[in-house]
Amino acid sequence: MNMINIIWASFLLTGIIYAAINGNIDMITNSVITAAESSVNLSFKLVGVMCLWLGLMKIADKAGIVKIITTILQPVMKQIFRNIPEDHPAMGAIIMTISANMLGLGNAVTPLGIKAMQEMQSLNSNKAVATPAMCTFLAICTTGFTIVPATVIALRSAVGSVSPAEIVGVTIIVSLFTTVMVLIFDFFCRIIYFRM
Amino acid sequence: MMLEVCTELSIWAIPMAIVIIILSGLWSKVKVYEAFVEGASEGFYTAVRIMPFLVAMMVSISVFRDSGAMQFMINYLSPCLSLVGIPEVLVPLGIMKPLSGTGALGLATEVLNQFGPDSLYGRIASTITGSTDTTFYILTVYFGAVGITNPRYSIYVGLFGDMVGFISSIYICRLIFTN
Repeated sequence: MNMINIIWASFLLTGIIYAAINGNIDMITNSVITAAESSVNLSFKLVGVMCLWLGLMKIADKAGIVKIITTILQPVMKQIFRNIPEDHPAMGAIIMTISANMLGLGNAVTPLGIKAMQEMQSLNSNKAVATPAMCTFLAICTTGFTIVPATVIALRSAVGSVSPAEIVGVTIIVSLFTTVMVLIFDFFCRIIYFRM
Repeated sequence: MMLEVCTELSIWAIPMAIVIIILSGLWSKVKVYEAFVEGASEGFYTAVRIMPFLVAMMVSISVFRDSGAMQFMINYLSPCLSLVGIPEVLVPLGIMKPLSGTGALGLATEVLNQFGPDSLYGRIASTITGSTDTTFYILTVYFGAVGITNPRYSIYVGLFGDMVGFISSIYICRLIFTN
C-alpha cells in the first residue's frame, strides 16, 4: 500500500484516539466539518487566481514570452528533467512555474504548477501514478525557492522589526542549499525506486 | 535600503508581470482578450477537480492538530531535539511547516511576538517560514489536479526538504547572526 494512505489514516486515527483518551471526543465532529468546509472555500478561492493566471499565461504563450524564458533556462532544466522532450510544452510550463516562484509572484505559482503537472501527465503512461519528472518537479516546488519572501518580510515589519528584510540573504542561502539537497535526495530515490 | 528594494520589488512584481505580458501580446498581434478567456476557461474545472483531494488532506491534518495529538508529539520530541541543538520553542513551527501554511505562519508570529523579530529565535523562525513551502498542500493540489493518487516517493522527498530547511535555518542563522 502506498505511503500516502498510511500517513492519511494515521493522522486521522491518532487524532481521534488521542481526543477520546483525553475526553474531548466532542470536538472531533466539529473539527472534521470545519476543515471540510474550509477546504472547499480554499478551492473556490483558487478558481479566481487560476482563471487569472491561466488567462495571462495563454497570452504570454501566444506572444512567445514563454518560449524566450524557456530558451534561456533550458540548458539547466534539461539536466534536471531528462525525461521530458526539449520542445514539449511541459518544459515551458515547468520553467514558468519555477520562475514565478523565484520572482515571488505568490498566487501565480499554484496555477502554473498545476498547468505543468497537466502537461507532464500527458507524457504519463499510468495516469494514477506519478512519473519521476513529476516527483522532481514537486521536490523543487515544495522547497519553493524565492528571492524575496514577501510574506515573512511583511510579518516582520508588522511586529516591529528594526530591519525586516535582513533575513533575505539567509533565506536565499537556506533555500538554495535545501533545493540542492532535495535534488540529490530525489536522484537517489529515483534510482532506488526503479531498481526495486 | 535592502528593505525598500524588497518591498518595492514585491509591490511591483505582479503589476509589472501583467503589463509585460499584455504589451508583448499586443506587440505580437495576439488577440489578448480572447486569448485570456481561452486560458481562463480551464481554471474552474481544475479547481473543482482539486476539491476532493483538498478535503481529504485538510480534514485529516486538522483532526491531528485540533485533537492535541500534534501537541503531544511536539512535547515528546522537543527534549530529544534540544539535545542536538534545536531550540524547543522552534519545534512546533518545524512540525507545522509541512502540514499547514497558515498554521505555520501563526506559530511564527507567536515566536516573533514572544522573542522579538530581531532576536536570534525571531530571525530563525522568519528564515524557516520563508525558505520552504507547505509540502502537503503542494502535494495534494498538484497531484490532485491531474488525478494522481500514488505520489510514489515524492512525499519523502518533500519532507526531507522540510527537515533540511528547518535544520539548516537554525545552524546558518546561528552562524551568521551570533557574531
